[in-house]
Amino acid sequence: MELVKTFFATVWQTNTGRISLILFGVCCVLAILGPYIAPHAPLERNYDAAKKLIQLSPPTWDHWLGTTLLGRDVLSQILWGARSALIVGVVTALGVVAIGVNIGLISGYLGGRVDTILMRITDIFLGLPFLPFIIVVLAISGRSTTTIILAMMIVMWRSTARVIRAQVLSLKEMQFVAAARVTGASDFVILYREIAPNILPLALVNIAFALAWAIITEASIGFLGYGDPNAVSWGSIIYSAFASQMMYRAPWWVVPPGIAVMVLVSSVYFIGRAYEQVVNPRLKTH
Amino acid sequence: MAITLFAMLTLMFFMFRLLPGDPTMTVVNATLSPEAQAAMKAQFGLDKPLLEQYLVYVANYARFDFGFSFQTSRSVAEMIEGRLLNTMVLIFPSLITAYVLGALIGAGLAWRRGGRSEVAIVFVATAFQAAPVFWVGMLAILFFSINLDLFPVGHIVTPGTVPESTWKMYFTTDFLHHLALPFLVHTAYQICFPLLLMRSSMLGTIGEDFIELARMKGLREVRILFRHAMRNSLLPLATTIPMILGWAVAGSVVIETVFSWPGLGLLMIEGVERSDFPVVQASFFMIAVLTVFGTFAADLLYGILDPRIVYD
Repeated sequence: MELVKTFFATVWQTNTGRISLILFGVCCVLAILGPYIAPHAPLERNYDAAKKLIQLSPPTWDHWLGTTLLGRDVLSQILWGARSALIVGVVTALGVVAIGVNIGLISGYLGGRVDTILMRITDIFLGLPFLPFIIVVLAISGRSTTTIILAMMIVMWRSTARVIRAQVLSLKEMQFVAAARVTGASDFVILYREIAPNILPLALVNIAFALAWAIITEASIGFLGYGDPNAVSWGSIIYSAFASQMMYRAPWWVVPPGIAVMVLVSSVYFIGRAYEQVVNPRLKTH
Repeated sequence: MAITLFAMLTLMFFMFRLLPGDPTMTVVNATLSPEAQAAMKAQFGLDKPLLEQYLVYVANYARFDFGFSFQTSRSVAEMIEGRLLNTMVLIFPSLITAYVLGALIGAGLAWRRGGRSEVAIVFVATAFQAAPVFWVGMLAILFFSINLDLFPVGHIVTPGTVPESTWKMYFTTDFLHHLALPFLVHTAYQICFPLLLMRSSMLGTIGEDFIELARMKGLREVRILFRHAMRNSLLPLATTIPMILGWAVAGSVVIETVFSWPGLGLLMIEGVERSDFPVVQASFFMIAVLTVFGTFAADLLYGILDPRIVYD
């Protein structure tokens, strides 16, 4: 809890940090409330008074961001998309960091053969092309949100594991670890009671960057047409605009989802960087 | 490196055969008679035991023999050949440009601390990094190709032109004209990371004693900047090249789709759409090979930059 408090306090100190936290908060609120405040159902086809499909309509009072080729309301789709972007992003980021931190801790602390094997495995995963891998998994096992999250976790933990391991390597030489050992603490206790709390700030930074990456990747998967067919995501909105070849006639269909991704992801980046200064004081700029 | 590639091959084999969902069922039509199904399976070697399939597969891949496409029956190795080069000319020049320009701009920002331009540049670079690259590509096509009519809308050469050879094609103005837009978009996307990293690395270096010493010796500013500060700040940047290279090669899937660029990534996506799994498997493998070799080359480069690193 102490950690979360310092996290917010640190980020709040800088101007960009403050603005980013507010923007991120707004995105979270929209993700929670989105489905309730959306003016239309995301996949509903809208007809006008004359029972004609409102196709590719530019922004109007009824449809603030216009409609798609199939007469769907773009604004409602964006609001629903916020939910799937954040759910996929947060679950993936937490999973990735949980796996990466544990592998990094064990590998760095135990050293020797365990370390060699774990790092070999990490190297192999580093050679795995990550977006193509996810697409192949989705193509074979079927497209669903769960599969997207699992596939992303499989290819994203590798960099966290490396960073954490490097940190553990230097921490385990410190005096407090030797002191704990003298008191007869087991490896498990030393690792999770003494060392782990010290890498939590670094883990938080990694959660932020993994979150940013997961949101962009979810959008890319959607854009390639492999998003969950039962969910509306920002990437899949851009995909349908691209696939219908109407995007060049209907900029209101393409521009908003991209801006949504850009705003959410850059706020996460700025939050991560603001907090990174705690972990690495050399970065402190002002 | 060989071990990584071998592990990759094994992983791929199990991925394609053991994941829930059987890709071979897409070729072998379930409505056919059992004899016809068996004959088709035999034709693609799918009737053998798993272990034998695995050994044949590894032996074939080691010789770059990727079998035949399920859809066109063409040799997959032939289909891959030109695609590999196309991906490389798209990804590598812009990656190099992004790193060189990013390092220079980042160093410049750190050298002249503060000011509005610093905030603005960091902000714009972050926005480009946060925006989905395919979306920026689409907007670039919308603006530069459709509204201003400056660049062609995707493809590698004007459709219909048949180049004498892939190699000669790269030296035509038509090709460069098609390359320009994806090149710019990809560079803009990749530049943020080296730029910010160089900036923070330089900020650390500038505070060190040897810079102070160089100042006291009365060296010219330019010399301190390039010879002393920048050179020492480049190392953290160099360590990131393998990772970024891997991301860039993997990201070719997306950027090639937007610009209809006939590279490995697009080939893979087309293969997935047509359930042509020898093509998917081979292009996936080649993307992995490109990543692994790129990483290796980048490691060697790091050794040149930092003579303290010794490879055994």
